Amino acid sequence: MSSGIAEHLGVPVLWVRVVFVALAGLGGTGLIGYALLWALLPATDSRTRRPSTARDRQQAVGLVVLGAGLALAGAALGTAWAGWVTGPLGVALVGAGVVWREADASQRTRWRSGAGAVSGVLLGGRMALLRVLAGAALVTSGIAVFLLNQGNLGQARFALLAAAATLVGVAVLTVPWWLRLMRALGEERRARIRTEERAEIAAHLHDSVLQTLALIQQQSDSAREVRRLARGQERELRSWLYGPQGYGQPRTNGALPAFAATLHAAAGEVEDTYAVSMHVVVVGDCALEQPLPALVQASREAMVNAAKHAGVAEVSVYAEVEPGQVHVFIRDRGVGFDPAAIAADRHGLADSIRGRMQRHGGTVTLRTAPGEGTEVQLAIARRKGGEET
Amino acid sequence: MQAGIRVFLVDDHALFRTGVKAELDRAGSGDPDLPPVVVVGEGGSVAEAVAGIAHLRPDVVLLDVHMPDGGGAEVLRRVRPEQPDVVFLALSVSDAAEDVIAVIRGGARGYVTKTISGRELVDAVRRVHGGDPVFSPRLAGFVLDAFAQRPGAAPVGDPEVDLLTPRERDVLRLLARGYAYKEIAAELFISIKTVETHVSSVLRKTQLSNRYELSRWASDRRLV
Repeated sequence: MSSGIAEHLGVPVLWVRVVFVALAGLGGTGLIGYALLWALLPATDSRTRRPSTARDRQQAVGLVVLGAGLALAGAALGTAWAGWVTGPLGVALVGAGVVWREADASQRTRWRSGAGAVSGVLLGGRMALLRVLAGAALVTSGIAVFLLNQGNLGQARFALLAAAATLVGVAVLTVPWWLRLMRALGEERRARIRTEERAEIAAHLHDSVLQTLALIQQQSDSAREVRRLARGQERELRSWLYGPQGYGQPRTNGALPAFAATLHAAAGEVEDTYAVSMHVVVVGDCALEQPLPALVQASREAMVNAAKHAGVAEVSVYAEVEPGQVHVFIRDRGVGFDPAAIAADRHGLADSIRGRMQRHGGTVTLRTAPGEGTEVQLAIARRKGGEET
Repeated sequence: MQAGIRVFLVDDHALFRTGVKAELDRAGSGDPDLPPVVVVGEGGSVAEAVAGIAHLRPDVVLLDVHMPDGGGAEVLRRVRPEQPDVVFLALSVSDAAEDVIAVIRGGARGYVTKTISGRELVDAVRRVHGGDPVFSPRLAGFVLDAFAQRPGAAPVGDPEVDLLTPRERDVLRLLARGYAYKEIAAELFISIKTVETHVSSVLRKTQLSNRYELSRWASDRRLV
């Protein structure tokens, strides 16, 4: 205990011990303080503790003698109350100390053996039981002496006081076990949470990653299919780990901004269908209010066009949410085309993108030429009062 | 081989190191006009990396972000004061903004994702070795996000490092849209050199700025 405090304060452990002993000598406050600290502070795991050396033990004996001397001196010089209060109180305290100390030792034994929550005393063996009984006897006798010193009390009052004193004695003796119980409950709760967490992760990995790996092994002769599966799984795992509602994020209640998530989902669908990687970057986010669903639909159509016609393995998608408007850029480095020569039967661009954007007051800009790749730029104004998040 | 760019690989997955080494060996010496990229060593942990880099003195370190014992940021912290000449390029599968921002603030000159092709990786190594930062579209997006002027955001402390110029913003937007430096230069009617200057300036601001968003991402992981 002293070493813990010494470590905390950054002073030699001997000083702390001397201070405790001095306090103990002067009316027993040191003992109480030490006992309280011991009970309330979590003990270091005994496995990490350095074993006590002969020098340590020598020092301890010296300190105890010093303490006893101080106490005696205190008693000799003492006033009346030092005689009839400190005496019995001291005896009771020593008893309590013995019991508490025993609880601590048994606790350590339990850690070492790794046994479950069996009562500490029983594991301490016969000697421990003996020591605990001795301690209890000391506490009882301390209280008894204190009571007897009260002398000429009425019988009713004496009975009342005795009952109270007994209760106090029992409470004092069982303090360590109450504390242990509470700590053990806390530990157990934490362990349970950890176990549940682990089970959740294991279940998720099984449902997603292991299944996909099995599928990949079955499909290993089709490079396209393998890439599609791997990419789909990667996306799913990423959103689980890093997504707005993902595992790695703090749990939040209430509505989340949905525009970025919806765009990511649309890109994911296109990826799955056409086995083309979509690199999506979204700056800012907002709720999926009107007319943004139309923008996402138009973006999706542009991604489909790029995946189908560009002849490349990856497409860049960039979206930026600004207070007044939202932009989406869909770009590939593929074959490109001549917009003037586009066949009339290709409805994708005309209807699904241009028509949809214009109906909602948005604009479409197309940059492309044969061999130059294609970029579709979509812009739409947000309705007033939209909250950017 | 003295004229080549000497690369040190840091990743805790041996399988991944083997893969990257094979890619670099294949793509790293294709063009006779450019310096070959040669892998001179590799490390599988923070300690191995620190010792290996001190011993081999490579030109460029390809650094994994997620590793036991503190990850890439810890390697940066321990190597940078001793060897300021070594250039770091972060290579990660992570999409988390705080990871990306933390290694950049730790001193990495660039950030690329592990899905990058061998040719692109060699290109990125040459570029950071030449003194230019390498911004993946995702990193560009994060930086734009972090420097966004939102209503109600914390006040700007030092405009010199807390604000991006409109031109830097334009360059970042094009990077996020998947444009190469050459394409950005053509788009904005500026020289490639000017694009590189803008990107370097953005990198410097990302490393030095104390904007709330940047500090928060980094400090959440205690990696400032």
